[in-house]
Amino acid sequence: MNKPMTGTATAPQGLRGWLRTDTPQSRFQARMGRLWFGWLTFRRNRLAMLGLSIVLLLCAVALFAPLLAPYNPVQGVLNDRLQAGSAAHWFGTDNMGRDILSRLIYGARYTLMVVVLVAITAAPIGLLVGTVAGYFGGWVDTALMRVTDIFLAFPKLILALAFVAALGPGLENAVLAIALTSWPPYARLARAETLTVRKADYIAAARLQGLSHARLIVGHIMPMCTSSLIVRVTLDMAGIILTAAGLGFLGLGAQPPLPEWGAMISEGRQFLLNQWWVATVPGLAIFVVSLGFNLLGDGLRDVLDPRAGGNG
Amino acid sequence: MADLKSAAPLLEVEDLRVHFHTPRGEVEAVRGLSFTLGRERLGIVGESGSGKSQTGRAILGLTAGNGRITAKTLRFQGQDLLSLSPKQWRAVRGARMSMIMQDPKYSLNPVMTVGDQIVEAYRQHHRVSAAEARQRALAMLARVKIRDPERVFATYPHEVSGGMGQRIMIAMMLIPEPDLIIADEPTSALDVTVRLQVLAILDDLVRERGMALIFISHDLPLVSSFCDRILVMYKGRVVEDLKASDLQSARHPYTQGLLGCLPRLDHRQETLPVLRRDPRWEHGTLEEVMR
Amino acid sequence: MSAAVLQAVPGTGIDVSGLNVWFDDHQVLHGVSFSVPEGGALGLVGESGSGKSTVLRALCGLVDQWSGALRIDGADLGKTRSRGFYRVVQMVFQDPFASLHPRHTIDRTLSEPAQVHGLDRVEDRVVTALEQVGLDRSFRFRFPHQLSGGQRQRVAIARALMLEPRVLLLDEPTSALDVSIQAEVLNLLKGLQRDLGLTTLMVSHDLAVVSHMCDAVAIMNRGRILETIAAEDLAAGRVDHPYSQQLLRASSGFDRAVIDSFVDWE
Repeated sequence: MNKPMTGTATAPQGLRGWLRTDTPQSRFQARMGRLWFGWLTFRRNRLAMLGLSIVLLLCAVALFAPLLAPYNPVQGVLNDRLQAGSAAHWFGTDNMGRDILSRLIYGARYTLMVVVLVAITAAPIGLLVGTVAGYFGGWVDTALMRVTDIFLAFPKLILALAFVAALGPGLENAVLAIALTSWPPYARLARAETLTVRKADYIAAARLQGLSHARLIVGHIMPMCTSSLIVRVTLDMAGIILTAAGLGFLGLGAQPPLPEWGAMISEGRQFLLNQWWVATVPGLAIFVVSLGFNLLGDGLRDVLDPRAGGNG
Repeated sequence: MADLKSAAPLLEVEDLRVHFHTPRGEVEAVRGLSFTLGRERLGIVGESGSGKSQTGRAILGLTAGNGRITAKTLRFQGQDLLSLSPKQWRAVRGARMSMIMQDPKYSLNPVMTVGDQIVEAYRQHHRVSAAEARQRALAMLARVKIRDPERVFATYPHEVSGGMGQRIMIAMMLIPEPDLIIADEPTSALDVTVRLQVLAILDDLVRERGMALIFISHDLPLVSSFCDRILVMYKGRVVEDLKASDLQSARHPYTQGLLGCLPRLDHRQETLPVLRRDPRWEHGTLEEVMR
Repeated sequence: MSAAVLQAVPGTGIDVSGLNVWFDDHQVLHGVSFSVPEGGALGLVGESGSGKSTVLRALCGLVDQWSGALRIDGADLGKTRSRGFYRVVQMVFQDPFASLHPRHTIDRTLSEPAQVHGLDRVEDRVVTALEQVGLDRSFRFRFPHQLSGGQRQRVAIARALMLEPRVLLLDEPTSALDVSIQAEVLNLLKGLQRDLGLTTLMVSHDLAVVSHMCDAVAIMNRGRILETIAAEDLAAGRVDHPYSQQLLRASSGFDRAVIDSFVDWE
């Protein structure tokens, strides 16, 4: 029998050495090392770093809103209504005399909530439906994909409107409606990914180990779909924020006096000509955060999905 | 007295180096390669990572974007290739040297018929009428032993078998009548009988047109039975340069090792000898390694 | 082994008779029959499209439409394979770059089969399997992309050994490897075959590799076995069928006289 091959031994030096080693000593170290190399690739992309900063800033603002906001976001001073930007009110005040900056800061919480709730509901549903359909094929595939097609056939906002109309207005129902309308593209994506890996040798090899269908789908197929799904979800975040804002704008999402950004635009639109800042500032916030998610998604694609270019 | 021009080598390579810039640092794929090529069939043999394919690509100017070529001399028919603009190099590449790659599936355009692609290859370098180019293409298909050229002319690449695809590839690459053909593993994807038939066609064409051939392959026995001379590459360097007929008396332990580790039909053994790699092979000359 | 054809003792080894396989109404195997005695090794040789890999896939249950009789250790294989089947029969695939899950560490690839089958001492088994295929323990937590082709193929072999099978199916296990690595992997496989007494069915296009590894060789063409001969006879050039003779001559390198004598079998 041959002599054992030894891996090239690199002396670990500190945390960086521990991460960079070719010969990890545990599962945890292997995973961390992989993340580290992903991070190195990601870091080279300046725009993606900008996107990440915006998203992290959003999180920080949402987390520390009570500390950051100079005024109460829901109670205003009616005497100060519709003031332009000044040292006291950086972004001015709205028609109820509320400080727009404070409302913006608290509004970050609702934006983040919408994004997170939609991501943790729609993405797993889509992933499950897509991988199951793609893995089994046949009538399972046909049935699941026709359901998906039905959902896809409706314009997203109209379907969300219908759901909210049925469930009643409110932020939670808006989130539910958006989640219910945004899973079909993820299911399609996951199914397409599944079809490309289903015939791979490593799936056949896993079958020959006697693995159950459930274990194959969850442990072997899903990991191959998650990268593109994460990228897609991140890129969709902008659209989700806009849909949530749209529902808020139409009065079907967050209800007054909640400082949700879409609702803020809605309230400000009657003063757009004379007091432009009331609607424009939350609009800019939506724009910046959407852009941040898009840039982040592009950067993640380079790291996670080598097929789409990049040299990671 | 022989005329000086014909005595000059077709291709002169001296100290060719190919560097690649990767996220994990600089990699030197070809490290100081030198050889001269006349009108002969030269085999470049090595294992994966030996730099044999990068050598072929560098000569053709097809090194990937993150790579950099340097050489003291890289001269083709007396012309310095490194001083050419990309456009000039492209002109040289089509007309005077061309390349046959491993898998015709990826080298042929899937949405054009086979015939149109050969016609296009010909007309790029010869100003002739469409009808004449078509005649030339059909004649070329017949030359690569395709039985029904008219029918194959109108087919799309996905409709032909691997062996047929590689014959079409040869037809396309040889129709501009280049002086040098670089074939990178041209038959590795083919079955053994088809492989030999394709090689025979290549052999005929190269002989009757007096072309030079660089045959890049991992298959040492095949190359030695097909070429005149062999360069054995190891980790970016030529470790041995020998006449194909002298292969059995190769001196470098790497060449000997490559031959020795092949299972043989006529000599059964319980355990195959394995290659014991010596760090000296990476830098030492043949004489140093032999000592 | 001197007999030209391997004969299995009834109730042991691999026994295939009259195997037909269809892919969408297109028949790719026509009445393939052979047997491999316990601990023996048979090679299936042929060019692409000869159906040699399809035989392996049919045995493993990776083919849907087939008829005929497949027996392992005397037990008839039905349309589906039980979980227990995979403790007896394991397979090594051709391309080590495609047969390992790219997102799983070597550790996970090796331990999963043992976990699925509820074996004990999984950790020990992983370490033992790595040792068996000549890989250092430091490879255990690496990902496949950190390994060379030969190292990956060793991992694939280790995975096949995790369930301690008695039958090993090899689908061109070295055709994607460099010749020096091929020699190492063939030595490894031959040692395992001898030490563990594995019954082996090996598919290859390379006559020399098959005759090195196997006691007997079945030559296939267009979905049929043309003849089955002992490896010594193949080495001595004693083959009957004209196709086998041509295949044998073709494996000796570039020779114009030989090439001109080729008959088209397509």
